[in-house]
Parts: sequence; structure tokens; C-alpha cells
Amino acid sequence: MAKAKPVEQLSQVIVRFAGDSGDGMQLTGAQFTSETALLGNDISTFPDFPAEIRAPAGSLPGVSGFQVHFADFDILTPGDAPNVLVAMNPAALKTNIKDLPHGGTLIVNSDAFNERNLQKAGYATSPLEDGSLDEYQLHSVPLTTLTIGALKGIEGVTPREAERSKNMFALGLMSWLYGRTIDATVAFLEDKFAKRPEIAAANVKALQAGYAFGETTETFAVTYEVKPAKLQPGTYRNITGNQALSLGLVAASRLSQLPLFLGAYPITPASAILEELAGYKHFGVRTFQAEDEIAAAGAAVGAAFGGSLGVTTSAGPGIVLKAETIGLAIMLELPLVICDIQRAGPSTGMPTKPEQGDLLMVLFGRNGESPVPVVAPRSPSDCFDAAIEACRIALKYRTPVYLLSDAYLANGSEPWLLPGVETLPDISTTFATEPNDGDEFLPYLRDDVTLARPWALPGTPGLEHRIGGLEKADRTGSISYDPDNHDLMTLLRAQKVAGIANDIPELEVDDPDGDARVLVLGWGGTYGPIAAACRRVRQAGGSVAHAHLRHLNPFPRNTGDVLRAYERVLVPEMNLGQLSKLVRAEFLVDAVGYNRVRGLPLRAAEVADAIEALL
Amino acid sequence: MSELTAKDYRTDQEVRWCPGCGDYAILAAMQSFMPELGIERERSVFISGIGCAARFPYYMNTYGMHSIHGRAPAIATGLATSRPDLSVWVVTGDGDALSIGGNHLIHALRRNVNVKILLFNNKIYGLTKGQYSPTSELGKVTKSTPMGSLDWPFNPLSLAIGAEATFVGRAIDTDKAGMTAVLRAAAAHRGSAFVEIFQNCPIFNDDAWAFVRDDKEGVNRIPLRHGEPITWGPDRSKALRQRADGSIEVCDADDQNVLVHDAEHETPSLAFALSRVTQQRNGGTPVGVFRSIERPVYDDLMAEQLATATAKRGEGDLAALLHSGETWTIS
Repeated sequence: MAKAKPVEQLSQVIVRFAGDSGDGMQLTGAQFTSETALLGNDISTFPDFPAEIRAPAGSLPGVSGFQVHFADFDILTPGDAPNVLVAMNPAALKTNIKDLPHGGTLIVNSDAFNERNLQKAGYATSPLEDGSLDEYQLHSVPLTTLTIGALKGIEGVTPREAERSKNMFALGLMSWLYGRTIDATVAFLEDKFAKRPEIAAANVKALQAGYAFGETTETFAVTYEVKPAKLQPGTYRNITGNQALSLGLVAASRLSQLPLFLGAYPITPASAILEELAGYKHFGVRTFQAEDEIAAAGAAVGAAFGGSLGVTTSAGPGIVLKAETIGLAIMLELPLVICDIQRAGPSTGMPTKPEQGDLLMVLFGRNGESPVPVVAPRSPSDCFDAAIEACRIALKYRTPVYLLSDAYLANGSEPWLLPGVETLPDISTTFATEPNDGDEFLPYLRDDVTLARPWALPGTPGLEHRIGGLEKADRTGSISYDPDNHDLMTLLRAQKVAGIANDIPELEVDDPDGDARVLVLGWGGTYGPIAAACRRVRQAGGSVAHAHLRHLNPFPRNTGDVLRAYERVLVPEMNLGQLSKLVRAEFLVDAVGYNRVRGLPLRAAEVADAIEALL
Repeated sequence: MSELTAKDYRTDQEVRWCPGCGDYAILAAMQSFMPELGIERERSVFISGIGCAARFPYYMNTYGMHSIHGRAPAIATGLATSRPDLSVWVVTGDGDALSIGGNHLIHALRRNVNVKILLFNNKIYGLTKGQYSPTSELGKVTKSTPMGSLDWPFNPLSLAIGAEATFVGRAIDTDKAGMTAVLRAAAAHRGSAFVEIFQNCPIFNDDAWAFVRDDKEGVNRIPLRHGEPITWGPDRSKALRQRADGSIEVCDADDQNVLVHDAEHETPSLAFALSRVTQQRNGGTPVGVFRSIERPVYDDLMAEQLATATAKRGEGDLAALLHSGETWTIS
């Protein structure tokens, strides 16, 4: 047993694991997160990986990264820059070192720094030897050699398989360095490789060897401790946005007492929702992997006609294809939830990278006057509540509703304070069961308050009716080309959606000082970086207010009043100013944009600078 | 359920097809045939895309949806899959099903979703006023092809058989008895059924099917009856037989090798060969049920998976689901 090393207390740490796509960095990061969550730290993670499944080994485009931020206080983002970088090869070092501040801790797999890999990464000389890393606390560890050495004697494990366990060695080392226990990961590995016990044994051995290496080596003089965060009491689990969104849909199905029908076509970064929901058949969930994006949306509309909670999921390039079907759902006035997990565009763009570029598309990207409510979650766990809210609006107002997430929320994770099922909203709905006008059933006779039309399901005797994409007469739903009727129906559809403003919370402003002159207005997935930026500004003595939109159509009814109460309005977005444009058009407010489209979350420090510039 | 008649299936909507359109005859046949199916009116749903044929649901007093161009099979798939208790019919045309909606059609057929797909084939675009369609013959002169069309047409039945359809039939708009027989068989078939109906467009492609529509004596119609020798003609003197390579040729009815129709044959080769028998090539046109086999139905399989999952894991418990995975508690 090695002598215990001194323990240094830290308030927060940001670790980035970076390696080749085949190095298992996502798994390593996820397990480190899991161990960290169980310790009670607040956490926020950001996986950053290429669209290529296995880009050429050792190449720059093949680098996959996973950043985890953990702290003893409540944190808002995965962090702008890491304090610790684990680089498994020269390419990973090359693409990530620019983010590591001078003085940061750098752990590299020295075995991977051979001539071939250095060349692939574009290094003329080895950075481990040429002094170019002198500004960092460099720990050069022969991870591959140590791993292979540790696994000698495990039967049935090939040298290649032994080498592939080096990520677990790295995880063991990092777990030791930050005082995480590895029990949960051992259990995870034994479960994951249950069918190949020798591989499970190899991975567990590598993990333990990495942990022991930390204890015994002189490379690391101290270990670090980050105490648990003082989070709200309750039961937590770590959750990604796509998982939370999936659970939100299942919950909405239960809360509305309607079977969930998902029509989807595989697309990054939305596929995980289809895969997740496919595992909930015992909740009555039907998942339909369609022949294309159009059919996915169409099948969801068909299921909605039959009384299911119809949902379709996709990302920008697929949403474009669904536009026609969403127009139909607007005309049919049937509930439908469309989840757009936004990624960098246009066209195929950068499939695994986040952007907020689809806002104007989902609002306006259809023919005719075709209003659709839009709901946007603000954090990974918030995807759960936002999904329920989207379903609530869709069912109550018989309308398609957009849920606008993004690749950052989808793949990022954070601790989620689990809600009691009894605290979730009642979103039950009613079907038409009898004629609503004497002996007749009028499919477009509207509710006085919501303007929603009755939902009469096939199978209900006496309510047989036809609906379709042609304009229909008010009340009866018969085909109508009457000019005044079209004018009326267009207005009714618009009023129905506009009226939802009376049924959503007012826009809240976070202005702790109460004397701010600058308001930062954000929406959706930028909540973390913006809130973190506001904290920085306030810690530096500045006063700033933050409001964050969850509903983008309609806007909360007090939005105009909130915006006009401030001298300056800053709108940070991961696009070229789409909300700014709306705010200017809708409220005549001279909003200033802060716009970055790098396929990365906004950086809190940069948003803070943009705020400071307006103070 | 009181006895329904054709009248109960009519709606108050004025039928707006052109005078003489073959769609009238199909609608009338459908309305008079539905009551005998024994399916409650409220459990019948007609779904269409866009085109002249797509107006069909407005005139059937059942549940219905006039949707978007080519997408009816996809919408019907969602409905049929989530509501196995319904009788779902898709009404489509040659442009709707084979051009803009080709992808949905073939996938609905291969999945064997429980929908009945009726393709009204008039070999022309009617609603957009006379452009050639994917079933128009090569060289078709239309407003969009003044020097003749350049693309080789689809044979709808060959396409359906190639797409793994479990039921494939053909009927003629003016042949009420023959159409009713095919539709009855389609309705009884569990799984997807594909029926091509020769339909006349008197405005833009009149008499495209005159050789069989007006053929009361049966000179050109080759009736297909499962288990019976395939013979036709006024005196039933003509017959079909299979060559060694599988293709089909015309022979005398007293030929030793007259083909006996087998709609239930395991492999689709015979049905496919019959779908290649055309007026132009063989001097006759087969009508009736080409193929009718049993295969697991998509909707049933999905329902089974739900039942299996529920039996294995118990009915889903939402609170337990939220608390699944690794959790920790902060007090």
C-alpha cells in the first residue's frame, strides 16, 4: 500500500478527455461523469465528436472529445476551457491544446507519440520533447505499455483487445487523481461485457491498474478533492437531453392517457430518441422507423387522427422534408409534436455540432399563413419538462407544436432532480363522443376559449367526418373556396395559436440587483452560458438582467413590457440573429445581437464581454 | 347494427368529377359493396393523397382524410399500426402512388401493413390538366411532352409484386361484378392489399382502356380464378401457358399445358409473369387476383411486441422509469 498523498481542495474542475474516435473517449467521459455524479458534485458535460464513425486512426478529423465540469456549487455549463486535458494521441493534443490555459494539467499517452502519429497530426518534432508544452503541467504517461503490461496473463484477450483497454487505464488514473471511487464503473463493465467475461476482466484490470498507478507513481504528487455541491435535496440522476426528452414523451403519454406513437427516420443528433423510446414498449409506446422523414411525420399524423399522441423527431435536414406534413397538421388541426434537435447547417452542415439556426425555419418555413407554437428547453434535464409542455399545448389546442432542442442539449448531461410523478401536470384531453350541433357533428365547431376543434376518433359511431388539406368551411369542415371564409379561417388559426399566450407563464426576469439597465434575452440551449456570463458580470460588480424564452410562439404576454423596461437588450444566439430579428419586428426594440456559429456552445466569458461592452 | 345500404355511404358533398369520369363507377361500386363487408361504417377510414382520385374520401360517409401528394400510404400506416381495429383504405392515382409517393407505396407493401391500396390508373395527370404520368406509354404526346414522353412506364402490378406485396389484384372501373369480387378479396386479406383499377379519364386520356372497358364479350379480358385453368375469349378457346423460362404465352384452350392459376404460390414468379401479360404483347389483359399469400402483418407484429414487453416487464411504471439508472440522494 502506497503512502497516501496530500489532498488538495478544489471548488471546481473541468476535465477534457480527447482521443481517437476508436479510443472510447465518450465511454470514458460518461463513466467519469457517472462516478462524479455519485459523489454529489454538480456536473455538466459536453461530448464533442465527429460525424465520422471511425475516421482514419490518428487523424485530426477523427478526434473525439468529452468535457466534464464538476464542482462543489451549482454550475451552469460544461465550462469554456478545461483545466485538465487528457490527450490519447498527437492529433488529440493538436486539436485541443489551444483550449487549455497555460498552467493547466496535461496528461498524454506518450506511447502514441510515435513518428507516424506525429506526422498524421502535423507535428515536425515531438511536442513532448521540443519544449513546446513547457507552459503546462505535463504528465507524460506510457498508457498503452502500462495497460498491456497489466493485462498479461488474462486468458483469451488478444494484444489488440488489451491495447484497447487503455481508456480504462486512463479513467482509473483520473478517478484516483480526483478521488472518485471506481466501484460503479466495475459494475458497469461487468454488465456491459457480460457475454465476454474475459473482456470485462481486462477492462476492470486496466481500470484498477490505472488507479493503482496513480497511487504509486511519483508523477503525481497530490490528489484533488471536490466536495459535494449543496444542491436542492432530493433524488438525482445524471441525464442527457435526448434521454430527458424521451422520458418526457413517455410521461406525457401517461399524463394524457394516450398511447405514444413515434414516427422517425435515423438522423444525427436525434436518433437516440428513437432508440430510447424503442425500449419502452411496455409503456405502450409504438416506434415506427419510417422509410423517410416525410413518412415519419405522415405516420405520426395518421396515428394522431386515430387518437394517439403523435410525435416525430428529427434534425434540420429532416425537418425541411416534414414541412408539408406539418402544414397538413395545421390544416387538419390535429395534435402533433415535432422535435427538432438542431445541428449546424445549412444542408448537411456539421451533423454532430449544435446551432440555433432553425428558429425562423420552424416559425415560417411553410407555405401560407401557418402558425405553429414553439417550445425550447434550456438545459439537458429541462428537455423533460419542455417535452411535456409541447404535448400539453398540442393536445389542448389541436395543433402541431415544435420542440426545439439542439445537439448541445441532446448529448450534454447534468444531474436531474427527479420530479414526483404526482407533481407533473394533468394534460388529459377529451374526445368528441356525440353530435355537437343538434343531430349533427361539426368537426370545425370550435371551443369558445381555446378555439380548438373537437377530436373525434374513427370508431366513434355517428361522428363520421372527412378532413383534409383543402380549405374548409368554418364549423362544418366542408371544402370551401369562399373568399371571406378563407379570410376567417386564416384568422381563426392565427388567433388560436396567439391565444396560447394566455395559457403560458409570463417571462421571468433574473435581476438580483434590481437596478440593471441591460437585459440579456436568450432562448433555448444558450441558458447555461448566458446565466454563467451574467454571474461573472455581477461578480465583477456589474448589474445585468437575464430573461430566457421557453415559448417562442407565441411569446409570453409580458415580453414587450419586459424588453421595453431596459435601456439595452442583448440577444446572444448560436445563429446570425434570428431571435433579434423577431424581437425587432414584434416589439420595435433595438436589440443587439451576440452571434457565434462555431458549432460549439457559446462561451460564458465571451458573452460576459459582450454584456460588459453594453454596461 | 341496422342493415346499411349504399345510400348510407353517400355524403352531402356534391361529387365534382368530370362527367363520364371512371371514378363515378368506382365510387358507386364501393358504396354498394361496403355494406356487405360487415365492418361498421365508423370503423372504415378512407385516406387519399392528391389528384382527381384523392377526392374520393369526401364522398364516402365514413371517416376520411384527404391528405398530401403521395403520402397517403405513410399516413395510413400510422393509423393502421396504432388502430388495428380499423379498416383502412388508401385511394390513390398513378401519379400520386407511383411518382411522388413511390417510396411510401413500396414500403407499405413490403411491411405488409393492414391497408387496402386502390390505385386508380388512368395513365395521365388529370387534376393538373393532362401531363403524362409514370404509367403513360413511351412516346405519349401531352402538353408537357409535345414530342412524346421519354420515360419507360411502370407496370403497377409488377412493381407491387417486386415490392413484396402479399395481395395484388386488378379490376376495371366499368366491371362492377369483377371489381366487387377483387375488392371483397382485398378486404378479407389481412395485410396490405394492392388493387389496380383501370379508370378512364374522358378529358385527357379518353379510351386508354377501351379494349377492356368496352369488352362485354370478354374478347380481351383474361379472368384469373385461383385453382382454375386460365382461359378466355367469347368461347373460352384461348389460354395461357408458361414457357420454360417462366414467361407466359398464349395457347389454345385444349393445350395440355394450360396454366392453372395459383394466386397462393409461395414464390411471386407466377404472379409476376402474369403481370407481364399485356394487350399489346399477348392480345389479352388479365384481371382478378394475381397474388394472395399470408405473411405476418406489421401492425400485428408491433402489437405482439408491445404485449410481449408488457408480459415480460410488467406494465410500465412511470415513477420507476424516472428513477431508473444510477441515482443518488441529497438530503
